[in-house]
This record gives sequence, C-alpha cells and structure tokens, in this order.
Amino acid sequence: MSDPREVRFRGGGFAPSARRGVGLVVFVVLIALAEWGTRSGFITPLTLPKPSDVLATFGELWQSGLLMKHLVPSLTRLLVGAALGVSIGMSVGVLIGLFSYVRAGLVPLVAALFPIPKIALLPLFVIWFGIDEGSKYALIAFGTFTPTVVATYGAVDNVDRSLIRMGQSFGLSWFSIVRKIVLPGAMPGILSGLRISLAIAIILLVAAEMLGAEYGIGAYILQAGSLYDLERLFAGVVILSLLGVVVSTCIGLLEKRMLRWRA
Amino acid sequence: MDIRLEGISHSYGDTEVLRDISLEVTSDQIVCLVGPSGCGKSTLLRFLGGLERPTKGRVLQVGSPPEGCLNPLTYVFQDFALLPWRTVRGNVSLVLEDHGIRGDRAEAIIADVLSRTRLSDFAEALPRQLSGGMKQRVAIARALAVNPAVMLLDEPLSALDAQTRELLMDDLVSLWTRAPFTAVYVTHNLAEAVRLGHKIAVLSRRPGQIREVVSIDMPLSERSHGNPELEAVQSHLWNLMREEAKAADEELLDV
Repeated sequence: MSDPREVRFRGGGFAPSARRGVGLVVFVVLIALAEWGTRSGFITPLTLPKPSDVLATFGELWQSGLLMKHLVPSLTRLLVGAALGVSIGMSVGVLIGLFSYVRAGLVPLVAALFPIPKIALLPLFVIWFGIDEGSKYALIAFGTFTPTVVATYGAVDNVDRSLIRMGQSFGLSWFSIVRKIVLPGAMPGILSGLRISLAIAIILLVAAEMLGAEYGIGAYILQAGSLYDLERLFAGVVILSLLGVVVSTCIGLLEKRMLRWRA
Repeated sequence: MDIRLEGISHSYGDTEVLRDISLEVTSDQIVCLVGPSGCGKSTLLRFLGGLERPTKGRVLQVGSPPEGCLNPLTYVFQDFALLPWRTVRGNVSLVLEDHGIRGDRAEAIIADVLSRTRLSDFAEALPRQLSGGMKQRVAIARALAVNPAVMLLDEPLSALDAQTRELLMDDLVSLWTRAPFTAVYVTHNLAEAVRLGHKIAVLSRRPGQIREVVSIDMPLSERSHGNPELEAVQSHLWNLMREEAKAADEELLDV
C-alpha cells in the first residue's frame, strides 16, 4: 500500500460570479497603451489619434452644444424606431407562439426577412416613408422587429406547459392565462432577445444617419471620416460605445427588477 | 356532488391506454387509483377534470356543486405547478382573481387556507425559497381556496422525500377529518393508498382496466403505521399488482 494521498479537487469553475471593476481595468489599460503608443511615436498619428486629443474633441463638442444637437435626434430615432419594432415584434411573437395558423403563416416569412441586411432596404424606405425621419424610424423598427419576433416566440414556446394546464384546470380565462402565465414565463427569453435587438438598433441608427441626415451621431462620424478627422471620428465612435453600454446596463436593471423571482 | 365514470376507453393512436372503466366517486370520500406505471391512471384523472377527452365513454357530474364552490373539479399536481414569479399569497390569489374575488374577501380566503396548511408565516415567500413539502402545501392551499367539490390529486407526494411524504399525509388526513372533501387520488404508492383511501381501485397494466375495487371502512383518523388490518389490505393490493407491475416492466423493455 502506498502512502495516503489527498483526493485531488476537480470540482468548481463553470459558475461566473460578479467581479467589480475588472471591465473598467481592461478599458483603462487599453486606452493607456494607446496613449503611450501615440505619444512615444510607436503608433503614427495616421493610424490612431491620441486618446487625450479625442477627449479634448469630446470636451469641445460638449461645450459648443453640438453634442446635444447630434445626440438628441439620434436618441429620438433610436427610441421611436426601437419602441415600434420591439412592441410590434413582441405582439407578433406572442401570436406566433399561441396560434397554429399564425405560426404556420408567419414563421417562414420571418425566416425570409431575418437574413436581409436591412441597410440594403434603406433606399426603398426612403421612397416609402420619405427622406426625413420616417425612413429612419422604419429602418430601425424593421431591424429590431425580426430578432424580437424570433426571441419572443421561442420564449413563449418554452413556457412550462404544466403551468398553462394548471391555469386551465382552475378555470382561468384565456386572456388571464396569457397575461399571468405565458407573458411572465416568456419574459426571461424576451429580455435576452431585447439585448440583441437594441444592439442591432444602434448599428442601424448609424447606418441610417450616414445615408441622409444633417444631425445625428452617424452624420457626425461620416463628416469626420470624409475629412479624415480621426479625433472627431473616434469621439463619435466613443459616443456609440457609451450608448451601447448604457442600453445594456438599462436592460440589466430591467432584468434584475422583472426577474427577481429567478435569482 | 358525485362523479361517475361510464365506460371510459382511450387510445393514443394505435396504443390502447384504458379499456371500459366505470367508477363511482361518492361525496366526502377519497378514492385512490393505483396501478403499475404507464397504466393510464394519470390520463384517467385528466379526463375527470376535463383536461383531456376520452375516445369513448363519459364523465358525469351527479348533483350540483355546493354553494360557494368556485372551481368544482380542482387539481393538485405532482410537480406543484406554482408560478415561480408569484409569492405564496400571489399563487393563491391567482385562482381567485378570475372569479372577481379581490381585496378583503380574497384576503380572508387566503388567510384561511394558508392557516389550514400552516403556511401563514410564508405568505410573502417565493416558491424557490420553499422546500418541496411546503410547495405542495401551497398547491393544496390554492386548491382549497376555490372550495372544490372534488379534489383531483395526481401523485401529489411522489416528488417528495419519504419523511416529507409522511408529514404531508398526516396533513391531508387532518384536513379531511376537519372538513371532509371528495377526492380522487392517483398514486403508485400502496402505503399512501391504504392510508388515505376509502375506496381503492386497482388498475391493470396497459390497457388499463379495473381489476378490483377494495373498500376500507376504518376511519382515516384511526389508520396508523403498522396497523395489521391495513397491512393485510396492502399486501392484498400488492399481490394484485405484482404480476401486473412485472409484466408492465417487461413490456416496456420490449418496445
């Protein structure tokens, strides 16, 4: 018999937990590297602007009031477009999840619409909805619609059938079952679909603004790009990134509030 | 209110599940359905409450449900079927809301059923915070809230550990002795059946037929662990079922 050995630990892992500040450190390190690189000349000014210059541009933008002038129309477009797309998408998704005929009729249609790059349709939307805000709302709405539909009907499909059976056995009305059992049960899936939909909305927002807008972050970036003004271009990109972070945080908060029961 | 099953037969496609089942469920009695797995006893229970339709035969209500009965045929499910996003109180109030019972009236009913199931201190807890036994007590409280004429219990204790099962059986017995209710109780556990059943219907393997209906006259409150009379009934039931269970088991392997 050989000597007793301690049993090797092989459990653990596969359970990510919250680590505060790590994300921030990654950002700070990357920006510090860029700053050091551009200052030392290791990175040429043509490759990357100095982060401190981008920050200065950002400050100017803020002081001149131009920031708000670009941000407000962009946010309005995002809000209106996404609200339209997400609400119609959720309704259609729930209908597909509940009715066999709607499912049979619309699932192939959604599958056909999903892979179309919505940006390619912008000229068409300009004709249908006008060159101004209408076409931008429509583009964002259409872009958020398809992923929301797919996420919603998937989520409705995954609602525990035994809970629905329970509702029926207690004589709950059809409407009550949908409102009190199906929708809350589908909420986790709907919210994770919302994350994807809203990221797509931001991408489409910029695309729409690049194709015809006087103000807006997309227009700002396009202008800067055509003048090869890297500082301004990056300032615009930073705004978009921040917008993405803010949206994602908002959904995180929403999930925390609405899905407290899961924990 | 009594329930009468008349010549119930059922098949799923080519598979015959139940054959010509007739059974009477009398008021204020608990009828247990026992049988080997896959004999269609849970299916039969779903017919009783109108969640599924038999291919042949009818389920009849005899007499009208008592005054104040919101949902005459009420289930208690094996997997509890509690809404995880609602508190204990919310889960009970769910089944009252649709009958327009809100506010003080609902509060009174909820307080009553929670105290009968000893859950008053847990009204604000979410299902995930409760043990299996407590979850099933919530489900029973929810069933009591609608004041059912007949309770349909589908293996209500099968998802629980042995100790919890004992305790919950005591709970059911004391609930029944305080206020007798009519119930159909599906189980594969013969000890539960002899403890709770006034009548025990033994089903054969698929296609399920009633092999025998055993009546036990001893009052529920006097039935205890290791009672020789009950032991005798239980071993009689086991003899009836052993062959069926064995055959059913082998049949599943052939498929």
